[in-house]
Amino acid sequence: MEKEIEFVLNGKIVQIKTNPLRRFLDVLREDLGLKGSKEGCGEGECGACSVLVGGILVNACLTAVGTIVGQDVLTIEGYRETERFKVLEKAFAEAGAVQCGYCTPGMLMAAEALLSINPKPDEREIREAISGNLCRCTGYSMIVEAIQTASKRGEGLW
Amino acid sequence: MVESFRPENLREALTLRRDSKVIPFAGGTDLMVRKRSWSGTLPRFEYPALFISGINQIKEISSTEGILNIGAAVTLASLIQHDAVPVILKRAAFQMASPAIRNAGTIGGNICNASPAGDTIAPLYALGATVVLQNSLGQRELQINEFIKGPGRIDLKDDELLVAINIPIEDYNNVYYKKVGTRKADALSKLSFVGIARTVDEQLVDLRMAIGAVAPVVIRIRAAENMLKGRNVKEIPKLIPDIKNIFSDFIKPIDDQRSNAAYRKSVSLRLVEDFLKGMR
Repeated sequence: MEKEIEFVLNGKIVQIKTNPLRRFLDVLREDLGLKGSKEGCGEGECGACSVLVGGILVNACLTAVGTIVGQDVLTIEGYRETERFKVLEKAFAEAGAVQCGYCTPGMLMAAEALLSINPKPDEREIREAISGNLCRCTGYSMIVEAIQTASKRGEGLW
Repeated sequence: MVESFRPENLREALTLRRDSKVIPFAGGTDLMVRKRSWSGTLPRFEYPALFISGINQIKEISSTEGILNIGAAVTLASLIQHDAVPVILKRAAFQMASPAIRNAGTIGGNICNASPAGDTIAPLYALGATVVLQNSLGQRELQINEFIKGPGRIDLKDDELLVAINIPIEDYNNVYYKKVGTRKADALSKLSFVGIARTVDEQLVDLRMAIGAVAPVVIRIRAAENMLKGRNVKEIPKLIPDIKNIFSDFIKPIDDQRSNAAYRKSVSLRLVEDFLKGMR
């Protein structure tokens, strides 16, 4: 049975009518056309579906859309428009932190979740923050380096 | 057919729980995996889901008269951040899953899922925690080892919700936690060992040990603890073989896709020894 579900998505109010038990990842991708969040595993182990709900990192594949009512959601599509993203984007590109790119949106959301509470993380804290994001290509070091670079360059942004 | 409810408060939640068969749904990090269907399709819930993660009354942490009260819907991330939560429980929570899962998953959900590998459970056994169950008529409180009956089985009536976990507040100056898993994150435990103790002038005043994932439920053996309580720390090393023998009778692990019985048994006994040898 469908219910009205209203929430804020990337700064705009969204209303949809759907079954509250549907995975939020499916609602984002199928109903709202936001393909940036990916399904890598469908069971919360890879982090490719990571989004921010109320500023907090969650796996959209494990989130029932009924729990999103009244929440403030940020996906990679919304994050892309920010100054913070641009600093990370440049750092990721320079460090070679993107190969196939599949893990990248999730990595960026995890980076934002970290930097928004800890603007100057050390390597251990960065690795811990992305510990729920799997990458099959890079071996992680370039990603860690990119986040370190972004945190150094992003004075005052976080 | 109504597939989910979103009660605004505890009273409403308990009324719904009384009046229909529902599945309590907090963070959903276990349920959304267990009930999952094909990619892109609706998870298969046999009964309506009762969304309780937004009910503030069960999301608080407070202490009164020497008891720490933790709301069942407190997330693992909140457990880690809150000052009053015992260090042993924070350590266990910190090694669970991943940051994103800890942000949604709850202590109540981990308990009620009652997996033998549930990582908050061994610390709660060691801490002597109780669980508070509530229905629309009132509350009852059980020791955690009375609440968990076996893998996936809990003493929760159909009209009840787990609302809180109570932990007696004590000081421990020896705190030892070891989770043995396949990797540093997103790993299910092969086994876990919890050791907490309080020594005063080298006298062992309090001791609790619990081992997870080596039996259908967490093991805590009072006989082993009592053998050492009251003794001087220097006496402990010579008693370790006896302690290991006591544990050995109760450690009954299985072979499964994560590990095998022989490994679980030998490693857990070594952890008992390592903890006791390091006692100060």
